[in-house]
Amino acid sequence: MKYIDEYRDPKLAQSLALEIHKRVTRPWVLMEICGGQTHTLMKYGIADLLPPEIELVHGPGCPVCVAPLEIVDRAIEIAARPGVIFVSYGDMLRVPGSRSDLFRVRAAGGDVRIAYSPLEAVRLAQENPTRQVVFFGIGFETTAPANAMAVWHARRAGLTNFAMLVSHVLVPPAVRLILSSPANRVQGFIAPGHVCSIMGHREYEALSAEFRVPMVVGGFEPIDLLQSIAMLVDQLEDGRCQLENQYSRSVTRMGNLPAQKVMEEVFEVTDRQWRGIGLIPASGHRFREEYAAFDAERLFGAHEIHAQEPPECISALVLQGLKKPVDCPAFGTGCTPEQPLGASMVSSEGACAAYYAYRRHTSPEVSR
Amino acid sequence: MCLAVPGKIIETEVVNGVRLGRVQFGGIFRQAYLDFVPEAAVGDFVLVHVGFAISRIDAEEAAETYRLLEQAGAPQEELGGSDS
Amino acid sequence: MTNFVCPAPIGVHDTVLLGHGSGGKLSAALLQQIFLPAFRNPLLARLDDQAVLQVEGGRLAFTTDSFVVKPLFFPGGDIGSLAVYGTVNDLAMGGAQPLALSAAFILEEGFPMADLRRVVESMARAADQVGVPIVTGDTKVVERGCGDGVFINTTGLGTVAPDLNLSASNARPGDVVILSGSLGDHGITILTQRQGLELEGALRSDSAPLCTLVAAILGAARDVSAMRDPTRGGLASTLNEIAMQSQVGIAIRETALPIHDGVRGACEVLGLDPLYVANEGKLVAIVPASSAKAVLAAMRCHPLGAEAAIIGEVSERHRGLVVMHTPFGTTRIVDMLPGDQLPRIC
Repeated sequence: MKYIDEYRDPKLAQSLALEIHKRVTRPWVLMEICGGQTHTLMKYGIADLLPPEIELVHGPGCPVCVAPLEIVDRAIEIAARPGVIFVSYGDMLRVPGSRSDLFRVRAAGGDVRIAYSPLEAVRLAQENPTRQVVFFGIGFETTAPANAMAVWHARRAGLTNFAMLVSHVLVPPAVRLILSSPANRVQGFIAPGHVCSIMGHREYEALSAEFRVPMVVGGFEPIDLLQSIAMLVDQLEDGRCQLENQYSRSVTRMGNLPAQKVMEEVFEVTDRQWRGIGLIPASGHRFREEYAAFDAERLFGAHEIHAQEPPECISALVLQGLKKPVDCPAFGTGCTPEQPLGASMVSSEGACAAYYAYRRHTSPEVSR
Repeated sequence: MCLAVPGKIIETEVVNGVRLGRVQFGGIFRQAYLDFVPEAAVGDFVLVHVGFAISRIDAEEAAETYRLLEQAGAPQEELGGSDS
Repeated sequence: MTNFVCPAPIGVHDTVLLGHGSGGKLSAALLQQIFLPAFRNPLLARLDDQAVLQVEGGRLAFTTDSFVVKPLFFPGGDIGSLAVYGTVNDLAMGGAQPLALSAAFILEEGFPMADLRRVVESMARAADQVGVPIVTGDTKVVERGCGDGVFINTTGLGTVAPDLNLSASNARPGDVVILSGSLGDHGITILTQRQGLELEGALRSDSAPLCTLVAAILGAARDVSAMRDPTRGGLASTLNEIAMQSQVGIAIRETALPIHDGVRGACEVLGLDPLYVANEGKLVAIVPASSAKAVLAAMRCHPLGAEAAIIGEVSERHRGLVVMHTPFGTTRIVDMLPGDQLPRIC
């Protein structure tokens, strides 16, 4: 498959790895943000190709993982209502709320359906005028325009039975939080290539300059990530600090303007809770007033839900790259993908889950 | 949350004012929403995420970057790099 | 006072009625009109409550499986043929010669009789192809909305030759892992029917009876440790089960896995891993190293094993785990899934 196979070429991987080996003279801590990138690193065992001086830590790049417990509980509550067709991306179905999850709601008779695209939910609303269709709008900036488009189409079609429960998270504020922490060890970032395909990379230029940390916008195939790591190492060894674009086949500086436009038309930026981390200002979306009729939180009464995280969970530290999954005493024992205690174990993209699924056979991660 | 897959636009059509494309991914075809990539035409590759094309793949950019990658690899052959 | 008699006329109906499961005249009519003509064999024709089979002394293999696939009809098969091949294959994995099958149906009220006829005829053809009679069965009908068209259970009996010792707990370090062919064809075919994915070319379910392939394998070597067909949960689940039951490690090579383009493309688009996708006409054989070459050759000569490949080996390291060597020379775990594989968006 074009633009996939050539970015999985083992010979190229070897030559990039060799380049990194030759270039590196001291330890560097690098972070990739996006869960999809974490997944690739684990699946291909990229860490094993790198010299021991390179330490990879994984960022909070999984909107499924960081969706606050409260919103999962809200989703569960709405989905259980008679007359509601609750539509969600597949990833969210297994995420546990305080007491239940969407799978269990379905088992108990709730009409919970998986959709590949938010437009399927709009179609469902058109085909079922007597039912209330609610779409669980999870995602980063990559997904937000698609979610926005669904709402835009629902409005254009004059639908009165379509609503969205929004839980979008924006990446740059999370990067800012990580870089601002006095305990931050991250010296170079791989910026999320698909988020940047939508948003462009200006925000990361600004962050890179403000915090004096090199950043490379990276793709998702193993060669993309190896090349991004090589570019970061080059910068760090040279003492440079810039924003570079490895994923230039998809990312431009300004990003995708039509997508940004519809996203900004339907949503506005607001403060957001990130599960495991806490409140990050201006890091999420809410519906603009003109689209309030589609806001499931308003429609279903935004009464307070207070949810408690288990005390043993150290997700907050893992998500910011301050601790590794193996550092957690509950990892693999009290906390597994089947019974996750917290954010980074709930979805296969979370650092703890990915590590458990792909890498727990390696010896406890030595600080490389 | 960012699985986006590259595919080739085989056909486009406009339905109810919406531009849709029939996109080929290896051995399968799927419909994708094209209004975010008005510049993409039949024969172009796009990245598709949750049924929406989010970017048009810049073939020249890709070829150039890849060429550099392969070049960087060439000396490694002379060193008799390991064949794993 | 008169006993209440179901007033529905006994003639031919075009949908299934509740009465068809009641054991009365409608049930008898269903037998006569649909099941008996399709499954015709002397044992079934007796319509006893049980079928009595003559067996030699020795070991009997006994297996059961229920089939709930949706859609009922798909490229390469249907719920009927699947129900026959699936159970016959489970017998074959133990090296058993299939003796007989039972077939139990749970039908939903309102299910079209034409569809039932189609399913049953498909089962009959499948059973004929394998040479195994369906000798006993049952039919129940549930109210509209309480079933999904039709559910089928088949149970199979077979005889196992005295020198065979096939079991998922018999894998030993040093054994070779051989896969009979391409991964994911069945599961992806089913998914594409449901997901609005259009396939180019002829991707079909690989649903097929494996008995003659097994015979070819056992003809080449009698010391095969284990055979399993990687159905639900895919190759990954099957290998994990073997690794755990035998308390061994299994290492496979990603580059050795045969996967067709249509399956690859669908998996990329849906965010699925082909290792976890169901197969219905494939087997994995765990074979002592000394017999591997002969077994592989025998498989490749068989139409269902033309793409057979050695994909890995059994090891005493990482016992209980399945590990994959990536094309990059690194390794990763192939884990058991907690539940169904959900298409990823991430």
